[in-house]
Amino acid sequence: MHLKYESTLREPLVDGVKDYHQVTEDIISPIEAKPGKLWYIGLFISILLLLFGVFSVFWEVYFGTGVWNLNKTIGWGWDITNFVWWVGIGHAGTLISAILLLFRQGWRTGVNRAAEAMTIFAVMCAGQFPIWHMGRVWMAFFVLPYPNTRGPLWVNFNSPLLWDVFAISTYFTVSLLFWYSGLLPDFATVRDRAKTKLRKLLYGVASFGWTGSTKHWQRHESLSLVLAGLSTPLVLSVHTIVSFDFATSVIPGWHTTIFPPYFVAGAIFSGFAMVQTLLIITRKILGLEDYITLGHIEAMNKVIVLTGSIVGVAYLTELFMAWYSGVQYEFDTFYKFRAAGPLGWSYWIMMTCNVISPQVFWFRKMRRNIMVTFIMSIIVNIGMWFERFVIICTSLYRDYLPSSWSYYRPSWPEVGFYLGTFGLFFTCYFLFAKYFPVIAVAEIKSILKTSGQNFKEKMDVYEEQSVEKFAHDHTAHH
Amino acid sequence: MAVKKFVVGSFDDEAVLFPAVKKVRQAGYKIHDVYTPFPIHGLDHAMGLRETSLHTAGFIYALCGTTTALSFMSWVFTTDWPMNIGGKPHFPLPAFIPITFELTVLFSAVGMVMTFMYLCQMAPFVKKHIFHPRQTDDLFVMAIELSDKTGAEEVKGFLNSVGAKEINEQTAEAGWWLGRFDREDKVFAK
Repeated sequence: MHLKYESTLREPLVDGVKDYHQVTEDIISPIEAKPGKLWYIGLFISILLLLFGVFSVFWEVYFGTGVWNLNKTIGWGWDITNFVWWVGIGHAGTLISAILLLFRQGWRTGVNRAAEAMTIFAVMCAGQFPIWHMGRVWMAFFVLPYPNTRGPLWVNFNSPLLWDVFAISTYFTVSLLFWYSGLLPDFATVRDRAKTKLRKLLYGVASFGWTGSTKHWQRHESLSLVLAGLSTPLVLSVHTIVSFDFATSVIPGWHTTIFPPYFVAGAIFSGFAMVQTLLIITRKILGLEDYITLGHIEAMNKVIVLTGSIVGVAYLTELFMAWYSGVQYEFDTFYKFRAAGPLGWSYWIMMTCNVISPQVFWFRKMRRNIMVTFIMSIIVNIGMWFERFVIICTSLYRDYLPSSWSYYRPSWPEVGFYLGTFGLFFTCYFLFAKYFPVIAVAEIKSILKTSGQNFKEKMDVYEEQSVEKFAHDHTAHH
Repeated sequence: MAVKKFVVGSFDDEAVLFPAVKKVRQAGYKIHDVYTPFPIHGLDHAMGLRETSLHTAGFIYALCGTTTALSFMSWVFTTDWPMNIGGKPHFPLPAFIPITFELTVLFSAVGMVMTFMYLCQMAPFVKKHIFHPRQTDDLFVMAIELSDKTGAEEVKGFLNSVGAKEINEQTAEAGWWLGRFDREDKVFAK
């Protein structure tokens, strides 16, 4: 029943000689084995970081936001920088799972599960920053429009900060549902081959009683497709709304219409870099090189060079508009306080990491070099962090009133908070990598016979055939 | 549901499964279900299942989200507590669009997943009979329901002739019950 045959010119998505059982074996057996020493060390360090973050946040809540080096001029510093950075990272997961599903990109099946997990963990980290920035965090629920005894006094639906509340919480919920509904069949696979009672119990509960019924698969396919269709505009809207936090204000450097597409491209750029960082290590440690192949890495590097270049064009456009608009304040912000001035160094780190260095990926050799990819992924993550820092801090530290000009460097609770979110992120990721199927088992099986190496080798005969004969042979018994 | 008798045949190749499904249906046997480790396109049509309407439900949930968001925000800003926010209009439709969009997506996604769970009867601690432990691994498992008129041996022979590898007879609960997968439940003990 394999009507869909794929040209042998496309490289296989699954390397090696595999059948369906081998796929299950390769992906599920790390869950059943004892984790290695590296896993324990990694988890331990992550938990330490997380605890340090908890302590930093406790310090901030106990003494107030005054312990952060924010002041009257610079109201947003590392906190909002980190918020935007983490949200941006999340975007690659949704792009891979939703947009590439709609575009029928077969290679997404190897990386979508881990990328979606990354999305969820990244959004969890991102959400911490605006919440704890509130200072009196026990009042955080005031951002929700609930009937209250103060009137009821409603929230301001005109405010982009409120749109953010809705955008981030919707994004988190939908990503989680999408991810978990995809996990159900794979949990059932773990459950049905489990040897220990505990594993049978836990994965049995987690799989919600999935059996693999044809009717259920039919609904599952429909569900995934619609969720992908919903997530696609959703992911674009989320970072658009994040950019509105800045673009709707009248601060020079923020008040531009270019922000939404510029932010979305930057988000995908940084997100793919984080996917590369995680998966290059994951595939090595779990031995999944056959499923996350050089082809996958190359495809993601292509996305990185594309979105990196879009971001580069956006930087140049900003510079051009600052000059061409003839607005003194815009001009000064960009040419005197961003590209030069006390924080000028951050602008040049951003430029080097985001625009210049990713250009190495125009070369196929570089795109397929794992070491280069890994180093580049770290560089891009640093660069994209600095992009948010530059946008936020270099616009704020020189405002309209020179007497209030200031400089900004973070205090230890701000740094600790940031490190703490790394702890949260990696604690979640380590647990995910051990206890969850890191690759979507069912989805790999569904592309195996068109894109697996041992099946592709048999397709040479079709390449020789005439179109008429192929069409005849393959529709006759249908 | 009810406890029923089944003849279960496992296939190891979807290319064999498709003609088998066709032949079993032609022979007039009742296919209870076919369990597969991954979605097989066209199998639902081959089995004569109707298209799912889940996406229609999703659309309706989406409309509910749109209506909820728009009507609520309009009511708050025009009727319940009209507030002067920077001299802007009380009904700023463009400013309502982001939240309206988010709630549309949220309602649709949550509603669809809940509907999916309900239709498939899936939840934590829900247990169903697994006809073959490898039906979520590498086998395509067809369960044929036996009636008073169909003999088990006859169905077994037929399944063998259409290419099933492992064939056996099982008595099982056809629906779901609350239970744990680490325990053998006697759901049909009387």
